[in-house]
Amino acid sequence: MSRTIALREIKGRSRGYWLGLGGLALLAGSAVAATFYIEHNGLHVTGMNNQIAWGMPHVISIFLILAGAGAFNVAAFSAVFGRTVHAPLARLSGLLAAALLFGGLSVVMLDLGGPQRLLVAMSNFNFKSTLASNILRYIGFLIAVTAFLWTLMEPRMNRYSRGAGVVAMLLGLSVSTGIGLVFGFLVAREAYDSAVMAPMFVAMSSSFGLAVFILVLAGACSWTGRPLGGFIVGRLRNLLGIFAAVVLYFTTVQHLAGLYATEHHGVERFILMEGGVHTFLFWAGQVMVGGILPLFLVYSPSARKSRRALLAAAAMVIIGGLSQLYVIIIGGQAYPLVLFPGMEVSSSFFDGAVNPYTPTLPETVLSLGGAAIAFLIVAVAMKFLRFLPETLADAALDPHYRPPSED
Amino acid sequence: MNGQPMDKVRRKVLACAAATAGLVLAPGVTLLAAQGADSKKRWGLLIDASKCAKDCEVCVVACRDENGWSGHQRPATDPQWIRKVNLRDPATGFTWSLPVMCQHCTSPPCVDVCPTGASFKRADGIVLVDKHICIGCRYCMMACPYKGRSFVHEKITNQKPYAPRGMGTVESCTMCVHRIDAGGVPACVEACASQGGGAIISGDLNDPSGDIAREAAKYGVGRIRSDLGLEPGVLYRGAPL
Repeated sequence: MSRTIALREIKGRSRGYWLGLGGLALLAGSAVAATFYIEHNGLHVTGMNNQIAWGMPHVISIFLILAGAGAFNVAAFSAVFGRTVHAPLARLSGLLAAALLFGGLSVVMLDLGGPQRLLVAMSNFNFKSTLASNILRYIGFLIAVTAFLWTLMEPRMNRYSRGAGVVAMLLGLSVSTGIGLVFGFLVAREAYDSAVMAPMFVAMSSSFGLAVFILVLAGACSWTGRPLGGFIVGRLRNLLGIFAAVVLYFTTVQHLAGLYATEHHGVERFILMEGGVHTFLFWAGQVMVGGILPLFLVYSPSARKSRRALLAAAAMVIIGGLSQLYVIIIGGQAYPLVLFPGMEVSSSFFDGAVNPYTPTLPETVLSLGGAAIAFLIVAVAMKFLRFLPETLADAALDPHYRPPSED
Repeated sequence: MNGQPMDKVRRKVLACAAATAGLVLAPGVTLLAAQGADSKKRWGLLIDASKCAKDCEVCVVACRDENGWSGHQRPATDPQWIRKVNLRDPATGFTWSLPVMCQHCTSPPCVDVCPTGASFKRADGIVLVDKHICIGCRYCMMACPYKGRSFVHEKITNQKPYAPRGMGTVESCTMCVHRIDAGGVPACVEACASQGGGAIISGDLNDPSGDIAREAAKYGVGRIRSDLGLEPGVLYRGAPL
């Protein structure tokens, strides 16, 4: 690095900033209102029921938490692995990690009906439960990331930033692993019950987190007029390509394993061929939009040099990620539980039937409120604290940078 | 100190502290003295599918009336503690009908996954939900292989004192624990014996001279998804397991 890059608050005085902030606050407030509406009228006003117990709030909250854990990777590259090129981005990476995690947890809290239930969860622990241990992981990660940011921002604490970074990185890894195990340990359901869930969720976390990071960084630099050079963009582009490819690899392994075992043929046929919206979201959303197209945009020589192609790739990874979580969470419940293998089954409780799910407006607003809370935190924090580098121009970052010759 | 020597004041303070501690601890001592579930027993059910008629639902009706879980004509969200499942072998066309409810597993996945410990197994094998600390996360519903659990979607009124329920909590068959603790049998067993085919019997699975042990030794019984190794306390006879 040719020189130390200063970090500075954003001005946050423009009309666009305040409009954005107002929009996010409105959405967050609507989420709280949606919770009251659901609690007042009864939980049947959501699309969730006794067959699809986890719905849209779970898709969005898990996406946000995974993205939060993954967004810390950029900070980890600089603080833990000493990649100085990522150093100016470490603060934004930490901020995004904490904000996304907080947004995801807000959705969980709103879905449960209020903060009082989190208090019960925090005062009654069943340590064999993955959900319970995940609560500890989330809290630990939030504390570690906050401590890491403090070590970066307080000059006297700078020497501890590597240690804090290591702890936060390990806890982030533990968060995404823990979420994967929430599903991997469910032996009852054909679509889950697989150890591959843990590493796949780690890869998903890295991919989703980096995609959100790229979009936030590009947006913030563009709106505040700060230079964002091709050098750092190229690094992030390569990293996104690797993460997207790894997610695609684990997805392939997950389904190959299902296709090999005869007992899982039914659920594989459902997801891959006959599952309606789930099959569409798998092939069109998860594989094509979330995997193949981003890889093309990242690695094809024609799109490689385009900044817009990278932003499109990042947006596609997010769409693909939401599709993937929808297929895993909703699709896994839509496929009926097999109580009597080989038998045709029916009952008034929908045994043997494919379970439909249509998210309603209140639960969708409740879910999106989590994302609004996350970005509200990011926007406000960047206005009052120094999270964003003044410049990310090649001249400031690339050690081999040479100004273009004039002849 | 009103002229009292210091020792007397100390004694009074100590006496007050002891009395307060006694008042606080007394209810706990009483609780400890109360009789809990008997770990020597393992309550369970035996369901004979060959005696269960396809169109008979007296067990379901009896459970609903006993525990007060009637719905709101919304099948997807209405709770069902017990349901009749109809089976057909596609190879032969043979059909069965049998009730399915919480299977009261020896190793219940709902208890393992519950973050707060609200799902718990009594010493005598009955699996219950503590509604006070159920946070409504529904992870137990994701984990149960038997679709044994329901989520309460609406506000509850007129609930039975022995079967507490609440919106935003999960519930399931309690094996009519209030009846069992009083020396009786579950409502489904009673109704099936009097109005149905006498397909359900209840008893202590650990009692070698009990009805269930005798039937099991004579005819052979099975458990739903025994491959999962959860050892349910609900046994089936004459069902394709």
